[in-house]
Formats: sequence, structure tokens, C-alpha cells
Amino acid sequence: MTQKNPTVNIKEAPTGLALKIYNWKKSLKTLTPYLMLVGISLWLGTYYLFVEGWELPRFNKLPGPVEVITEWINPDPDWGISMFSPIYYEHIMISCRRIMIAFTIATCLGVPLGLFMGWSKTFRDYTFPILEVLRPIPILAWVPLAILMFSGFETPVIYLATLASLFVTTLNTLLGVESIDKEYFRAAKCLGSKPHHVFLHIVVPGSLPFIFTGLQISIGVAWFSLVAAEMVSGEFGLGYMIMDSYMNITYVTMVIGMLTLGFVGWVSSALVRLAGNRMMQWRVRALALEGR
Amino acid sequence: MADQNTSRGAISIRNVTKIYDPDGVNVMAVDDCSLEIPAGEVCMIVGPSGCGKTTLLNAIAGFHSITEGEIYLDGQLLCGPSKPKAEQGADRMVVFQHGALFPWKTLGENVAYGPIVQGVMSKAEAHEKAEHMLAEAGIGDVAHKYPGEVSSGMARRSEIVRALINDPKVLLLDEPYRAMDALTKSIMHESLLEVYDKTKVTIFFITHDLEEAIFLGDKVVVMTTRPATLKKTVDVKIPRPRDYQTLTTEEFRVLVEETKEAVHEEAKKAFDAGERELA
Repeated sequence: MTQKNPTVNIKEAPTGLALKIYNWKKSLKTLTPYLMLVGISLWLGTYYLFVEGWELPRFNKLPGPVEVITEWINPDPDWGISMFSPIYYEHIMISCRRIMIAFTIATCLGVPLGLFMGWSKTFRDYTFPILEVLRPIPILAWVPLAILMFSGFETPVIYLATLASLFVTTLNTLLGVESIDKEYFRAAKCLGSKPHHVFLHIVVPGSLPFIFTGLQISIGVAWFSLVAAEMVSGEFGLGYMIMDSYMNITYVTMVIGMLTLGFVGWVSSALVRLAGNRMMQWRVRALALEGR
Repeated sequence: MADQNTSRGAISIRNVTKIYDPDGVNVMAVDDCSLEIPAGEVCMIVGPSGCGKTTLLNAIAGFHSITEGEIYLDGQLLCGPSKPKAEQGADRMVVFQHGALFPWKTLGENVAYGPIVQGVMSKAEAHEKAEHMLAEAGIGDVAHKYPGEVSSGMARRSEIVRALINDPKVLLLDEPYRAMDALTKSIMHESLLEVYDKTKVTIFFITHDLEEAIFLGDKVVVMTTRPATLKKTVDVKIPRPRDYQTLTTEEFRVLVEETKEAVHEEAKKAFDAGERELA
């Protein structure tokens, strides 16, 4: 009896760019990208109808999407700021630089602090109560203290963003250490690890997933407090731009500032996620096999 | 790894009692338990869930203290009244119930980890040996993969290789094949038997599976429900090397029946008591 085996076309698994294109093509066959487009269109449509279409009384002071977009791409802006004006990029650059400084300081302090707190019970007993008392103080409550402590505009603003970010990073790192399965510690000890090996080979890599989740929240919180601080004190930056245009009744510029913030914030979060994926190939690969 | 050293790895458990003290209530996990495991023997421990089998393993490994009694390894005191908790060391290697390969290290890095941190090999030497041993175990081509990328059988096999690279006196296995399907399990059994035939390392193996116990062991120790004491010891005199033919012999069947009776009685007692299992 001869039966023909069905031929299966086994191809080499795609890697790198080919894999990205493959995944991208695959995602085009799902509903997700189309639903996303519909979602954005719905939002824009509602915004348009409320403000420019029906001109509802609640929204009559707001600029509509058509007005905002026209101004945004206008080489000769009616209200002073569009994507063609150098001052627009100056505001963005200054905010980004402040975020980078604040985020770097907060990460460099917060990650080791959280790691040590999770690793050493004694250190944790000393520091945890302080963290838990300072953490719930809203960042705006720190503004007067920041102004008293630091001169000028720049340092207080960075200080506030750093502080907000620091608490989130520290707490998530601590939770990361606590999340590590106790059997890994036992296995490490069993294999002959000294305490510093346990710290480097178990505590640090084991808490990375939580650390990066924390860093993504932390960069969001940093933006939040930076803008708040820029609104209170500052002469540049996106927060200042929004507040200044509100004061000068140039509401179109205000909305441009808000949308820019949304975009820049999204990019910064994506960068953190990308860095995390690069550092945690073991996790990316395991999740990919589960189809995530 | 290939040294036929059968003069080391003798465990002597003498009158060991362990009382846990959760929330101020004393719970006796192990009661006056004595057990001699000669060097190079495969000792299988069976008993109802939560009876205190793992407590005994934890005491030997140095994860937990004991309340009374002594445990010796090759005549040296591991723990006793003067030192309730044994020091953890690379002479007793544990293979954990849920697997404890470090997920952030590749299989090769996992295996090479022990000799590197103990300072007995350079990084290059350790990696070379790890690759060699993984290849011997038939999983050389996945040495560069992370544990999350391979099957549970491969992961478990690498974990045993990670233990063996340290040339331990004793292998302590805590239901290592519990969550596996019957087919994978049979492959794991064969590979463990192969390892044992090569190394003659002393094995302390906890299981629920009676057929597994008799197929692998030289001795099967049935424990009572909590607090654990020895109920019955069954000597398995089936000659080695064993293979799957063994499972169909009359001798094997009789031994399974004999053990099953003892275990069933205890399982029923444990079920009726309805106590929560301790680790």
C-alpha cells in the first residue's frame, strides 16, 4: 500500500528584520490595527462634532481639531507656535533634557536602593518607613520646598521630577526582589554561591521584569511632575508653553502643547520598553513562544 | 563525574524530630525518624501528601533546622543538637519540585554556574565542561537556549546535569517528575538510571508514584501520615541495569502490590485527617 505523505513546507524561521515584517504582515490580518484606526477616528469625530460641528456650549471656548491641525502645520502660525517655529522645538528639547536628567538620577538611585532594600532585611527595616511616609506626599506639595532649597528655575523643576520618579522606581524594584521565587535563592546557595553572587546572579536579573515595569510608570510620573513644576516655575518647556498660552488666551497653542506632550511621553515609554526587551531576551523569547 | 566512587554519600538519619511553629501552634512534621542510606544507594521515599517527606529533604539540604536528633553524611555531623541547621553545600545537590533553573541564564550558563561561583573552574573551563555534559545527556544542541524556550523534560534533565557537574555526594530530588506526562516521565527515568549507572551517586528521591519508586530505587521507604515516621521499608532486589522490560516482570508487580497496601492505608488516614499539607 503506497500512500503519499502530505508534503509540509518547512521554512527557515525568520529573524531580525524579516521577522518584524512577518509579524507586521500577520498583524494586518487581525482586527487590531483596524479597530485602533476606528477608535482614533471615533475620538477625532466626536471632538470635531462637539466643538466645530454642533458647537456645544460647554466646548465653545476650545479650539476644534481642524483649527489645531491647521495651525500645527502652518508655516506662518497665527498664534505664534507651529511645527515650523524654532521655539516649539526649544520647548520640546528643554522638557526632554529635564526628563532625561531626572529619569537618569532617579533610576541610578532608585534601582540600587530598591535592590538593597529587597536583599537586606536590616537595610529595609531602616529605610522602608521613611519611603512609606515620604511617598504619599503629592509632588505639588514639594514645590515650595524645592524653591526654598534650590535657586533658579532649572534645578527645582528637575528635583521635583526626580523625586516623583525615584519613589516609583524604588518601590517597584523592591517588589521585584520580593517576587523572585525562593527556590532560586535555595538553588543558588546549594550551588555554592557567596552573598555577592546571589546579589549579582539572582537578585539583579530576577527583579528586572518588575524594574522595567516600574521604569515605564516612573517615566510617566516624571513627565507628570515635570509639567506640573514647569507650570508653577519655569520659563521654557512644554508645561510652560501650555500654561503660557492659556494665560495669553492662545488656546490653539495650548492644545498643540498637550498633544505634543502625549506624543513625546509615548515615545519615551516605548524607549524604556525597548531597552527592557533588549536586556531581558530570556523573557522576550519565552513570552514569544507562548504567543505573546 | 564518571568516578565510580561508592564509598561516599552515606546518609544516616538518627531519631530526627521536626516541630514547626506556625502562629504559635506546634505542628509535628517528623517524629523520631531514623533511616540509614548506604553510600551509592537509591533511596525512594513515598508517603501521603504533606506527611513530612520534604521536611526531611530540607533538613539534609540545610534549608530547615531540625528540632531533635542528628543527621550524618559520611560520618560527619550535618545537623544535630549543637547545630540544628545543616550548612548548605555543593556536596548535597537538590533538584526542586517545580524546577529551579535560573530563567535568565541559558542552559549552558546554568550548568556552568556552580563550578564558577565555587571557584573550582575558570569560566572557559566550566562552560566547556557544561557543554560537554549537556551533549552527553543528549541535549547539547539546546545549550544556548533559555529554560523558558525548551520542554519541561529538557529543562529537568539540564537541572540534573547542573547538579552533577559539581560532583555531589548526594542527589536530593523532590518529586522532580511530578508534573510530567507518562511518556516524558519514562524517558526521564531512563536517563536518570543511566546517570546513576555511570556515577553511582547516592540518591534521595521523594515521589508519589509507586511504580517510579520501585523502578528506580534500591530501597523504598513508606512513611506514615503526619507526623512522619517510617512505616515500611521495601528492599528492591531487581538487578541493574534496569530498563522498561523490568516493568513487566512478576517481581516488579509483586513489589508494587506490597508497597501499595502500605501506602494506601496511610493515604486514607491522611485524607480522613484532612490536614493542610506542609511544605
